[in-house]
Amino acid sequence: MDQPNSRHTNADPVLAQAAEWLDEGRRIALATVTRTWGSAPRRAGSHMVIADNGDFSGSVSGGCIEGAVIQTALEVIEAGEGRTLEFGVTNEMAWEVGLACGGRVHLFVEPVV
Amino acid sequence: MKASVLLGVVAAQKSGRDVVLATRPGDGKQELIEAGSGVGNLGVDGDVLADVLRVGESRTIETQDGPVFLRPYIRPPRLIVVGAVHIAQSLVPMATVAGFQVTVLDPREGFATEDRFPGAVLVREWPDQAMAALGLDGRTAIVALTHDPKIDDPALIAALESDAFYLGALGSRKTQGARRERLGEAGFTDGDLDRIHGPIGLPIGARTPEEIAVAVLAQVIGALRL
Repeated sequence: MDQPNSRHTNADPVLAQAAEWLDEGRRIALATVTRTWGSAPRRAGSHMVIADNGDFSGSVSGGCIEGAVIQTALEVIEAGEGRTLEFGVTNEMAWEVGLACGGRVHLFVEPVV
Repeated sequence: MKASVLLGVVAAQKSGRDVVLATRPGDGKQELIEAGSGVGNLGVDGDVLADVLRVGESRTIETQDGPVFLRPYIRPPRLIVVGAVHIAQSLVPMATVAGFQVTVLDPREGFATEDRFPGAVLVREWPDQAMAALGLDGRTAIVALTHDPKIDDPALIAALESDAFYLGALGSRKTQGARRERLGEAGFTDGDLDRIHGPIGLPIGARTPEEIAVAVLAQVIGALRL
């Protein structure tokens, strides 16, 4: 796997990927975990970058909510405005898209323009 | 987020500067704040910024205009590998993947070579001179792998005199005992010497150089995170 975070730079690999996609002229959104409760697998500050064709890099959970975040990211890229998201077992979406581990997370998904 | 902000974070990371990205999700307003700056435009207190940078953890704070999310981007932890030996050849790439900034130090001819450590930062000097120049701090780990007191001891002495978060030395219990005695004679107390992890690595029954590298890296991560 190609890792933008080579031993020659200190850049966060997800942000380095985002910069690369921007450079290629692709439209992208950045999702960031802003808060966690309980046993959320990715801590606050974790990033995932999504391109307008659905390519993505990084993660915001153990894989349980990434699909839903990609969907929101594509909408956010079109709308041109950031959005906050909440996932957790108490969420009404819980048994559709939620965290099997019982944690709860808040995310901010924003277009990078 | 403006593309310029994202590129600003990447540029800061590449040049080794610590920054905090402040985001107000309510209206999407953002500000990239350099370490050492005062109050940000989003109403973030300088003390809070300093604390976020020190701890290295993101947090949300409440301001008059709503919650503001603070995301620090700080330099990665460093690992100084003393001894460009077989274990180091596994440890260096593993630690690099795990996010450490790795430096390999070995004064001996033929050890710290580009062929054996492609792409790694190599220092071919004696540790008593070289360690001082590396600026060991509280986000630095030092592992001594040479088995040779002429190289390991001065490296460990420099490490003991620093705030390094992890010190480890390869060698059997007998070797560790002899080392303790030598360093004790050099003026270090038992408390000082207890900082050195030796035998090095988590006890997972590692046998091969590759397995030992896993045990060492796991122990370093434990010291950083637990």
